[in-house]
Amino acid sequence: MSTSKQQSAVAASGAPATLQPLISASNLTKVYTMGEQTVRALDGVSLEIAEGDFVAIMGASGSGKSTMMNLIGALDQPTSGTLKIDGRDVATMGSDELADLRNRSIGFVFQQFNLLARTPALRQVMLPLLYAHPRPENIEEMARARLVAVGLGDRLDHHPRQLSGGQQQRVAIARALVNNPKILLADEPTGALDTKTSEEIMALFTELNRQGITVILVTHEPDIATYARRQITFRDGHIVDDERRDHARDPQREAAQ
Amino acid sequence: MTLVDSLRIALAALRANLLRSILTTLGIVIGVASVIVLVAVGSGARSGVEKQIASLGSNMLVVFSGSSRVMGRAAGAGTQLPLSEGDLAAIRDKVSGVTAISGQLNGSGPVVYGNTNWTTTLSGAHPGYTTVRDWPVTSGRELTAQDVRSTAKVAVIGQTVATQLFAGDDPVGATIRVKNTPFLVVGVLAPKGSSNFGRDQDDIVLMPMTTARNQIVGKSQVQADQVGQIYVKFDESTDLKEAEEEIESLMRQRRRILPGAEDNFNVRNLAEFMKARTEVLSTMTYLLAATSLISLIVGGIGIMNIMLVSVTERTREIGLRMAVGGRKRDIMRQFLVEAVSLCLLGGVIGTVLGVIGSVLVASAADWPVLIDPSVIALALAAAGITGIVFGFFPARRAAALNPIEALRSE
Repeated sequence: MSTSKQQSAVAASGAPATLQPLISASNLTKVYTMGEQTVRALDGVSLEIAEGDFVAIMGASGSGKSTMMNLIGALDQPTSGTLKIDGRDVATMGSDELADLRNRSIGFVFQQFNLLARTPALRQVMLPLLYAHPRPENIEEMARARLVAVGLGDRLDHHPRQLSGGQQQRVAIARALVNNPKILLADEPTGALDTKTSEEIMALFTELNRQGITVILVTHEPDIATYARRQITFRDGHIVDDERRDHARDPQREAAQ
Repeated sequence: MTLVDSLRIALAALRANLLRSILTTLGIVIGVASVIVLVAVGSGARSGVEKQIASLGSNMLVVFSGSSRVMGRAAGAGTQLPLSEGDLAAIRDKVSGVTAISGQLNGSGPVVYGNTNWTTTLSGAHPGYTTVRDWPVTSGRELTAQDVRSTAKVAVIGQTVATQLFAGDDPVGATIRVKNTPFLVVGVLAPKGSSNFGRDQDDIVLMPMTTARNQIVGKSQVQADQVGQIYVKFDESTDLKEAEEEIESLMRQRRRILPGAEDNFNVRNLAEFMKARTEVLSTMTYLLAATSLISLIVGGIGIMNIMLVSVTERTREIGLRMAVGGRKRDIMRQFLVEAVSLCLLGGVIGTVLGVIGSVLVASAADWPVLIDPSVIALALAAAGITGIVFGFFPARRAAALNPIEALRSE
């Protein structure tokens, strides 16, 4: 029932900081075993992210932020502790359920866009809908509408090679949004873009957040993190800083000035 | 994800690497094409033999005069004691179950009608001939007992002779000259096709046995009551094995062959003899087809190889598909469908080439070929199964990928 979800996302837009947690992690650990060595990538992390928030997860490489992102993205499961995404405990879910959770609740945006080669934009955006259960009837129209919404209405048949970096990332964002997820999970979304394009993409995220979607941004660039209302910093598998800013960067306001 | 979605994705992937796809499926193409050609040639040969069996006439035995043995060596058919009218009458009267009987005394010579002449087989026969051979006349009449008694100069001609001499005109009632003797054409035989040894059986002029003995074969070469070989037809309830023994003992008795001595005649059930040949042909056909199935296996290994390469190349794509909600079985199915599509594509190309190849063999080597749709279906099914079997391992490997590692791979 994607429509009801859409409605709930829209309903949340009126009050961006409703305190009902969309993601809640408690005492989360993730241990990787590499041969005889064990690496504690996350070591007892507790965290709540409210629906409608705009969060930046920061940290150097090896800090645990990527591991956190994989867990929040339901791509991986914790070694111990509990992680609830959209009310569901990830630890108890099988791989099919995780896939469905990713499909329904999470939209991914990657640094390298991860578009399919030799595939027109429209088909890229249709992809998550193909894996939806139940599969919607009008997936082509849904995908087209999303591409129009990110400003690529005239690029439906373009292949990634025929698009600029910014346009490719917009296609990826349209793909992430097409199934009306509650969470937009962006991993270094501007890492491969120039400054100007980065600002455009961040403006798009801000706008989407204003419309109600929870944006979680994983980045190591402090500049980019300033768009978020909340900045969580990881180091050595722990949260070392969790700061809420009253005045996040607002591209609209900046443009008005 | 529906099967149509999977199929569309698979075809797009195959099209993206068109040359590689075609080269990969070449093994399947060759396998399927060779199965189809081999089976077509094999079943063509078999159906040819089967047609010949049918054209022999059913429930029939043939008696040949035997070869004599000189110092233990066979001296060739017909070198001893030709079969006679007396033999024929004895078989007709004393062997049970005989429904029709006829001799066939063969010679050859030119037949002339108007300006056209044609060299053909000239055969003396008895009135029962058309019945024994299941070979009715399509127009005019058969030879009669009266024709034989009166040494009538009448002829019943085969289709080939009719076509060659009369070119569409009605031959019945026309007079042809056989070895310079005028004969009245009284009937035309139904088409019969080629015989066991590839001879055109319709290339024949039948005439009464007595006339043939006098006029055609030449008095010097034949004994007064010689009948050539004897065709004997039995009713449906007769056991041909028993009939064969009956004829053998009758002939031995007539020829006063001592117990222990060899027959100087042969009784043959030609249909049985040819059925054995059919079985050999079938065995050969299936053996050859099985051999060409090996190339399907080799082709399948090639497909598995390329699919494994493809899974490695597309690891990121697989990771992405998993990230946006593709389940393991969706990924598995995508690659299986891709492998099966590749094999079926090869199967279809192979079928087309196989059919073309069969037609070429038919026209170039002049072999009868028979393309059986069920063989095509089987070959395609075999190709599809090859895809499933050899696509399974790469598909499982793709499905087992960890989405995080897959997304991170280069």
